[in-house]
Amino acid sequence: MTRRTALKYAFAVIAAIALTLVVGWWQVDGPGASEKAGLRPVALSEMEFRLSDHEGDEVGPETLIGSPTIVFFGFTYCPDVCPTTLSDISGWLDDLGEEVEGMNVVFITVDPERDTVEAMAEYVSYFHPSIRGWTGPEVEIARAAQGFRARYERVPTDGGDYTMNHTASVFLFDAQGQFTTMIDFHEPREFAVPKIQRALNKETEGAR
Amino acid sequence: MKTAIYGLMAVLMFASGAATPAIAGSDDVVVEDAWARASIGVNRPGAAYMTVRNTGDETFTLTGLRTDLAMMPDIHQTSTNAEGVSSMAPAGEIEIAPGESVSLEPGGLHAMLMRLQRPMAEGERFSLTLDFSDGGEIVVEVPILGIAARGPEG
Repeated sequence: MTRRTALKYAFAVIAAIALTLVVGWWQVDGPGASEKAGLRPVALSEMEFRLSDHEGDEVGPETLIGSPTIVFFGFTYCPDVCPTTLSDISGWLDDLGEEVEGMNVVFITVDPERDTVEAMAEYVSYFHPSIRGWTGPEVEIARAAQGFRARYERVPTDGGDYTMNHTASVFLFDAQGQFTTMIDFHEPREFAVPKIQRALNKETEGAR
Repeated sequence: MKTAIYGLMAVLMFASGAATPAIAGSDDVVVEDAWARASIGVNRPGAAYMTVRNTGDETFTLTGLRTDLAMMPDIHQTSTNAEGVSSMAPAGEIEIAPGESVSLEPGGLHAMLMRLQRPMAEGERFSLTLDFSDGGEIVVEVPILGIAARGPEG
């Protein structure tokens, strides 16, 4: 290899590295950055969507402002994650007893095609009585998910059926509708319960 | 060289043929803490959980499930990624080494019962057959607990 060819190669390598760095910056921090899931949900007052609760009443983000709130996305055809999360939430609420009276606890479906108002009503009746089931047109579900920075995706399964991938975290908001924190899927009770108490206590601070 | 490889293969085949492996379904596989959640009707898939323990000295491979309760029973794996999005996929064959156990539990592996033939009613039981790669099988009687059950204790 002549010295000239070697230089050419070296230059090509440096140029390739520089290009990779620029492209990386553009996609992650630069103007090309996409809105990433994993961002914090916006405040409830900044969200906009219209859904129906499992009793057929019209609800939206403003329904939740005034009391601390727990929100979770799922679907009733979900055999594992959703009943587990709803059971976990029911257990936390049982532990907190009277402390959580008046708290909003909402399960929003990501599968409105199968989860009608009636389907949601029957499903939530098996869990803690505070849990409300919200459904509505797909476009409104999408607007809600956008506000919470939740993701979902329809996945076909064998035999023409489908399942849904979805954000399994539980979102907590204080009484003013500000996001406080998230509880991860299947997070142990000793971490989850204090997080809910924190959302509740922010209400007392705000009330003083 | 070729001859040497064939020779080695012959020895290996002879060795594996000479051994008499235990058949799964004998006392070497123990299933504990089986339970399932009740279903709402038959349109939604059901889920069952259990611990499968290998007490023998051969590795067993769990290849599939059978039950008259569901037309398409299969072991699925739930996983949750770094962004908190959970998804489900068939788990394929499951190897259980001697002395090891595999737990089917909420948020991980579960027996997914698709195409239910009848509703899963709380308080009832159903039979679930576990098939192993060596032709062995184990029939498990699974108690059906409430929809909000969190474990074998309810």
